[in-house]
Amino acid sequence: MQSVNQYFLNIYIAIKSVLIGMSITFRHLFTKSVTVQYPRERLPIPGTSRNLLLNKIEDCIGCDQCVRVCPVNCITMDTIKVFPEDDLGLASDGSKKRLWLPRFDIDMAKCCYCGLCTYPCPTECLIMTDEYEYATYERNDLVFKFTDLDPIQIAELKEKDHIRSMEKEKKKLETAKQAAAKPGKNGGKSGEGT
Amino acid sequence: MIQAEYYNIFVKIIDQLAVLDFLPPVWKFILASVIAALVFFHVIAIFALVAIWVERKVAGHIQDRLGPMETGWHGVLQTLADAIKLLIKEDIIAGGIDRRLFVLAPVIVFMTALAVFVVFPVGENFIVSDLNIGILYIVAISTLVVPGIIMAGWSSNNKWSLFGAMRSAAQIVSYEVPVGLAIVCAVMAAGSLSMQTIVESQAGGFWNWFIFSKFPFGFIAFFIYFVASLAEINRTPFDLPEAESEIVAGYMTEYSGMRWSFFFLAEYGNMLAVGAIATTLFLGGWQTPISLLSFIPGPVWFTAKTMFLVFVHIWLRWTLPRLRVDQLMYMCWKVLTPFAFVSIFGIGLWMTF
Repeated sequence: MQSVNQYFLNIYIAIKSVLIGMSITFRHLFTKSVTVQYPRERLPIPGTSRNLLLNKIEDCIGCDQCVRVCPVNCITMDTIKVFPEDDLGLASDGSKKRLWLPRFDIDMAKCCYCGLCTYPCPTECLIMTDEYEYATYERNDLVFKFTDLDPIQIAELKEKDHIRSMEKEKKKLETAKQAAAKPGKNGGKSGEGT
Repeated sequence: MIQAEYYNIFVKIIDQLAVLDFLPPVWKFILASVIAALVFFHVIAIFALVAIWVERKVAGHIQDRLGPMETGWHGVLQTLADAIKLLIKEDIIAGGIDRRLFVLAPVIVFMTALAVFVVFPVGENFIVSDLNIGILYIVAISTLVVPGIIMAGWSSNNKWSLFGAMRSAAQIVSYEVPVGLAIVCAVMAAGSLSMQTIVESQAGGFWNWFIFSKFPFGFIAFFIYFVASLAEINRTPFDLPEAESEIVAGYMTEYSGMRWSFFFLAEYGNMLAVGAIATTLFLGGWQTPISLLSFIPGPVWFTAKTMFLVFVHIWLRWTLPRLRVDQLMYMCWKVLTPFAFVSIFGIGLWMTF
């Protein structure tokens, strides 16, 4: 007798639960959908989000701190010391800019979005933007180049730098020679001059 | 050649066209048949185009999504785009399969889906052929889908296909029993196997429809027919033969492009067919619910009722999870079949006294 009751109870429960389920889905048929039609509608990005890196190069003093702190080595920076005749102006924090930046590359394919590079930046020129759509067809296109110098300028600067370092080398050799000729004066410590 | 009882609206139209008078009656009959087949092929194709879009929209909104939105207004052209994609797709016939059966299977499955449309009483004067054994013809033809599915599964030389085909065959053969018994209820109430007579015996308001007039037996029979027909056309919650999470796509696994889309067309054609059969047997076919609304023509009522049942199919699909095989068989043999016998007995008593 009990199993007969169970049989009818099962049928009752099955029909009831199907009807409950149908009423729930019918209600959801008319509730507002949660879809965001993405390319046309966007949700606002939180202020602290970490996305594409941007270096405001005109404000960068080439201090190298971001390069050193980066855990994945995705920032590559070349610097050339200014020549006496150059004037690069002031950075936003009032300090004088003393370095040319022929190269400031960030490889976003390597970047791990930790944001550590933005904290030590003394002029706050390296920042995380809210740009997150920068997919490319070539992996090399993910290397973002921030230098404001054109290739000709860079070549000239490198040439000048090379000449300067050659001259310095020559001077060093001469001083070394002089030091060898006049023993007693400070050994070979002249290469560090600014 | 053309018998009086094979009353055919297309034959009638062709007969009345004076231009075709030079044709012998046999050719006229063949022409009418070809036109009828083409008409219903397009009915299925257009219905599938619309129903797939509706299904995706309903599915989306039930899950608080939007569904297709990009192609056309709210994605109405999505199915058309998909159909074009399927048409230009490569027709892959894998190695190691039985080529002849593989090619023939979708044809048979689609053919059976199309063939049942012959006896649907769409309107008072709108039926391709009012066979005196109409409903028996439907039962006989729709069973032919089993060889087609087994051919598809077996010839694919793929274990998922074979599993799917076996499950589908077991399911269809089992559920043919409650379907048949539920149909017998309506046939007993109408006293005829002809579709048009069954509809006519439900005339005069919705309380004369078999679902209400023989309460509760008619309602039980309708319920059994609806559930069992869902199982017979392999729709959720009875979609074990094509359960994606278990057996990839069942018997359709190895099919691609146009051959696959024929299976898909057959599925939607079957949805339309079982909706139309349930409408004819239990919901009064093309009859108006109340005489006040009789200015609306019959085909509109027939279509509206069928579409409502199709909507319930879709609604159920996105509500219920899939049954297990043992639950499926339990439901068929231990629940639906006994209740179908009870309702046959009840209707038998009702018609006797």
